[in-house]
Amino acid sequence: MSEDEELPDLGGGSTRSSNSTAVSGGGGDHNYVSPSPDQVLENVLENVLCFLTSRRDRNAASLVCKSWYRAEALTRSELFIGNCYSVSPRRVTNRFRLVKAIAIKGKPRFSDFSLLPPDWGAHFGPWLSAMSRSYRALEKLYLKRMSVTDDDLSFAAQSFPILKELVMVCCEGFGTGGLAIVASGCREIRVLELMDSDVGDDEADWISCFPDNVTCLESFVFDCVEAPINFEALERLVARSPSLKKLRLNCYISIGQLYRLMIRAPQLTHLGTGSFSPLEIVAQGEQELNYFSAFAACKSLICLSGFREIIPDYLSAIYPVCGNLTSLNLSYANINAEQLKPVICLCHKLQTFWVLDSVSDEGLQAVSAACKDLRELRVFPVQALEDAEGPVSEVGLLAISEGCRKLQSILYFCQRMTNAAVVAMSKNCLDLVVFRLCIMGRHRPDHITGEPMDEGFGAIVKNCKKLTRLAVSGLLTDRAFSYIGQYGKLLRTLSVAFAGNTDLGLKYLLEGCPKLQKLEIRDSPFGDSALFAGLHHYYNMRFLWMSSCKVTRQGCEEIARQLPGLVVEVITRDREENETSEYVDTLYMYRSLDGPRADAPRLMVRPSLMICGKHCTSTECRFSIARSLDFTLSVWVPCISR
Amino acid sequence: MRSIMGDYEETELRLGLPGAGGGGNEGETSRNNSGKRGFSETVDLKLNLNSNNSDGNQVEDMKQKNLIQASTDSAKPPSKAQVVGWPPVRSFRKNVLAVQKNTTATDDKSGGSSTAFVKVSVDGAPYLRKVDLKMYQSYQQLYDALSKMFSSFTIGNCGSQGLKDFMNESKLIDLLNGSDCVPTYEDKDGDWMLVGDVPWEMFVDACKRLRIMKGSEAIGLAPRTIERCKNRC
Repeated sequence: MSEDEELPDLGGGSTRSSNSTAVSGGGGDHNYVSPSPDQVLENVLENVLCFLTSRRDRNAASLVCKSWYRAEALTRSELFIGNCYSVSPRRVTNRFRLVKAIAIKGKPRFSDFSLLPPDWGAHFGPWLSAMSRSYRALEKLYLKRMSVTDDDLSFAAQSFPILKELVMVCCEGFGTGGLAIVASGCREIRVLELMDSDVGDDEADWISCFPDNVTCLESFVFDCVEAPINFEALERLVARSPSLKKLRLNCYISIGQLYRLMIRAPQLTHLGTGSFSPLEIVAQGEQELNYFSAFAACKSLICLSGFREIIPDYLSAIYPVCGNLTSLNLSYANINAEQLKPVICLCHKLQTFWVLDSVSDEGLQAVSAACKDLRELRVFPVQALEDAEGPVSEVGLLAISEGCRKLQSILYFCQRMTNAAVVAMSKNCLDLVVFRLCIMGRHRPDHITGEPMDEGFGAIVKNCKKLTRLAVSGLLTDRAFSYIGQYGKLLRTLSVAFAGNTDLGLKYLLEGCPKLQKLEIRDSPFGDSALFAGLHHYYNMRFLWMSSCKVTRQGCEEIARQLPGLVVEVITRDREENETSEYVDTLYMYRSLDGPRADAPRLMVRPSLMICGKHCTSTECRFSIARSLDFTLSVWVPCISR
Repeated sequence: MRSIMGDYEETELRLGLPGAGGGGNEGETSRNNSGKRGFSETVDLKLNLNSNNSDGNQVEDMKQKNLIQASTDSAKPPSKAQVVGWPPVRSFRKNVLAVQKNTTATDDKSGGSSTAFVKVSVDGAPYLRKVDLKMYQSYQQLYDALSKMFSSFTIGNCGSQGLKDFMNESKLIDLLNGSDCVPTYEDKDGDWMLVGDVPWEMFVDACKRLRIMKGSEAIGLAPRTIERCKNRC
């Protein structure tokens, strides 16, 4: 189309809309026809839109009018798909043509805690098919809680020749064989990060599959890969990766091997130290490597993690870098307060700290004294049990709140807590954006006053005006939810477990929190009437999860009938003949432009038929149930197609 | 129907479908039952079924590294029924207890023992050595032993004054400005100090490790050391 050449060349390189009226003849005569006002506007718009990076801004811009919608669609290069089932891959690739980076999230978070069947879905395959046709220039791929196969990885390596970044978080379905294909096939790869993913051990020597020449690797993270690797190949890889800044090793790397890698890569900024213990115990008088000086040589190190099988004695090797660290993850290191103190007192610049509760309240007091700049704290339990000894308590929380005034995000597992400590934190740490407190004993009250934890969480939502994410626990009545509904105006994500008395609790939330996007509830007595209280809001949410609550099949059906744009998935556990339940086990519902998915687990096939365990009469149905292990899945179709 | 259901009884309780983890996983029992994803901890939501699933981690015992965990679990008294997915800790975080190895025999923590092994590191040398401080009676003896061990360095300009030089502020500054090596040690509080500022016996007691560093790097230690000397005198 020669007339396009006359128009100014914009960053998007997009095709013009067919509305253009200013066309001229071929390039032979040098007549310049000025573009129509519409086109000028579009040209200007596209130029301006290039600078809009926030997806929320872009979403707003796309709603102005069709012309803006088109222009925005043609210039958006980074896509974020918060729920892979909310929209079909085809719809996405039809609208956005020039995508260079895409992030796709799949399963709901509660799947991390074994609350979903293993073959539930979130397959990357369909997305890959669409993207392989439309986004061949893809540079960055980020997947979270998706099911990815080795074949997918192979196809991706072929389809995206200039892929630079591949990040997979909490994914599963692939193995080291798939990684081998990525290593050999993605020649431009700079960032390869596997985090908290379940990677199968196919015994493939994937590290050896990277090309032999100098690589452009900048970030290489594989600490979750539970399989031995070829260390010599890794050492050579690190040696020929001069741009490598982030390296996180898995637990199969001993501290001696770590040493060898560190001296080859003193330019590292982020290091995951692997097991941090020697292959064999070093005997008295024997020579040992100077780990201390290896750390001293890494002058740019700001982020340390790993310590998967640490022998605490070796922790002192990291002293030289502590003063520069902004992030330290000791959440796999079972160390006590005395072992923590010498390290933490050097970490003046620390902003992110993950640790085990083995350090006890005393260790947290040391953190509070030393880390005045702390923004994020996570305290994980060594023993994730309800009745275990709890080394951390309200004492640690209070100390942190007093010492770390800049705290923005906290995740705290404990066995006992008081309202007073939580209230204190709400007043001391006014910058809190994320507050997640997990009192591990179900329904546990304030252990000093015996009262519910309502007032503590109430104070958090009331005083922490920037709060967007909250997780509650302990003994909570409907009152706690009334506080959240009343004050939690910016709340986007809320996790509730074993809490509340009546439907009122959920009603307060759904009526009071206008920004609520992700609501996950388990084992709380909320029923249909509460569910209906949110009808006005469900289209604004990414999802609602309710498991082991008091929602009935009829209630779910009613929601599906009234809101055709929602997909309502119900999971019912197979029961014995004499067991009945009027309640569904799990409700997972989300908005979707493209209706219910076609890839629900094999057992559920015909959308209009509700398959509900043993009550189904069709023999074919029963057989597929038998193969499914424990769960059946029913999906309601929007009422239009019934 | 019953017979078909019967075949799957075992799998009802331990969900880790062969092949559930993706390609190439058959036969890898440790992977199937690693329980990282999927229903590895299936317990009836209402009933207290599996007592041996009391901490939800039975299937993870398949991993070789979890042998220790199995033994500690059996020693615990039976606890309240554990619920699926509660507390909300991802399964790969649940093995921490099992995986930690105990502190080794090389750790010299106990007081009043006949030996006091400490690690000695020299900046620039790739290997550490361990020395038993109780084998020496004075700083000079220690320095002699160290210089034999690490023959390529000299410990500053101690001469026969030895200890006194470190107490003399002006000489200290000279020493630190030079490129000679300076011995430092880490004491029980985790502070790094210049060697020689306390009586020998106190040093043996307090010293946890030794580091021979370049004089210029040790400058930061001097003010505190001098402060302490002043406080002690």
